[in-house]
Amino acid sequence: MEEIVRFEGLKKSYGDVQILNGVSFSVHAGEVVALIGRSGSGKSTALRCVNGLESVSGGALHVCGRAMHKGDINLAELRKEVGIVFQSYNLFPHLTVEENVMLAPRKVKKLHKGEAHDLAAHVLQQVGMSDRATYYPEQLSGGQQQRVAIARSLAMEPRLMLFDEVTSALDPELTGEVLKVIEGLAEDGMTMLLVTHEMAFAREVADQVVFMHKGLVWENGAPQMLDAPKTPELKQFVGTGF
Amino acid sequence: MFGLSIEQVLFIVKGAGWTLILAGMGFVGGAIVGLPLALARARGGRFLRLATAAYVQLMQGIPLPVLMFIVYFGISITGFDLPALVAAGLAMTAYSSAYLGEIWKGCIQAVPKTQWEAAECLALSPAQRAAYVILPQAARIAIAPTVGFLVQIVKNSSYAVVIGFFELTYSSRVVNNSTFKPFVVFSIAAVLYFAMCYPLSSLSYWLEKRMSRTGKK
Repeated sequence: MEEIVRFEGLKKSYGDVQILNGVSFSVHAGEVVALIGRSGSGKSTALRCVNGLESVSGGALHVCGRAMHKGDINLAELRKEVGIVFQSYNLFPHLTVEENVMLAPRKVKKLHKGEAHDLAAHVLQQVGMSDRATYYPEQLSGGQQQRVAIARSLAMEPRLMLFDEVTSALDPELTGEVLKVIEGLAEDGMTMLLVTHEMAFAREVADQVVFMHKGLVWENGAPQMLDAPKTPELKQFVGTGF
Repeated sequence: MFGLSIEQVLFIVKGAGWTLILAGMGFVGGAIVGLPLALARARGGRFLRLATAAYVQLMQGIPLPVLMFIVYFGISITGFDLPALVAAGLAMTAYSSAYLGEIWKGCIQAVPKTQWEAAECLALSPAQRAAYVILPQAARIAIAPTVGFLVQIVKNSSYAVVIGFFELTYSSRVVNNSTFKPFVVFSIAAVLYFAMCYPLSSLSYWLEKRMSRTGKK
């Protein structure tokens, strides 16, 4: 299976503060990888390195065949292949749902209005938001906004999707509807890397779970490892639910 | 009318027309210079931020009448004989660009940073991020304070009197010089200024109220 992302001893520091101390793991095509760990364990930073929102301080990181650690890559080109969804949705409030979805395909991929329209209809249907195309973000619930944010990323037809704690701002009911959409993407074979606090979801949907602690990959493997932790840190993490 | 002839009153009113023209020039010029200034102040690199900050400090630190003199006489030294309208328009542009630049910088910064980030992650170029994502949101925030600042532009255009530009303050002074009725003449000027500014300030007030009622939108 083709490797989409490969971390090789990745290091990241801000000044004297070391966030990532040599992270190594891979994401293969069609795989769903859940990044778990306590707050401050570096999982979000690792995720943000993948699409160049954070620069790399040391080690190596390959994303879609690009050497991110070399620093001379074209980020705009990379971001056509790597989509990201944030905890706070970050929809554009002055645009309707449909306009949010069509903006990048129209301006970046230069699609014609009709093509962009069909594309928007398709991805909005994928996330179950077809009937809200003309609404403004503020007229939607958090869960609905997050589903639109996912559709907006999908519209760029990425090879890899990143999810940064996308359900952390939602109540349990709304969390469910967003996770269902992500599950659907997994079934369609989308390659995904998710930072998540939803253990049940990680167990069910992920092909690989990566537990991070102190800026390192502490344990990783199939989701079954959550039922039989090898390290006391993971045992404690699973035990407390966080 | 109060001891003035109709012709004299109309002469004063004619000055008000030129006040509006000068204020319009000041606003359009100020906007053309102020928008890139605001973007540079909010998002530019270190050098650009320092250079534009220096420009703003300089323009805000010089009284407008002095600015008028500098532009009017400064340029005539180089051999160009500048019409007072052009000199006044340039001085008003320099003045209002510094203030509009600062107002709009604040509006751009009021748009959450995560909006830039989200646009960046959709592979939009820096110019596209500004044009399609940030500026439309900043413009909403900017409408009320910008209209409010128009009042300052209208009132401060009266400083063009120092370089002999024919506007409302100038036309009033001319009529006063021939009639010696300063109270009547300048009261008329005051009423005319008020008539121009009041709609603007109430529009600004109304816009601000409407904005706060509908929250961010």
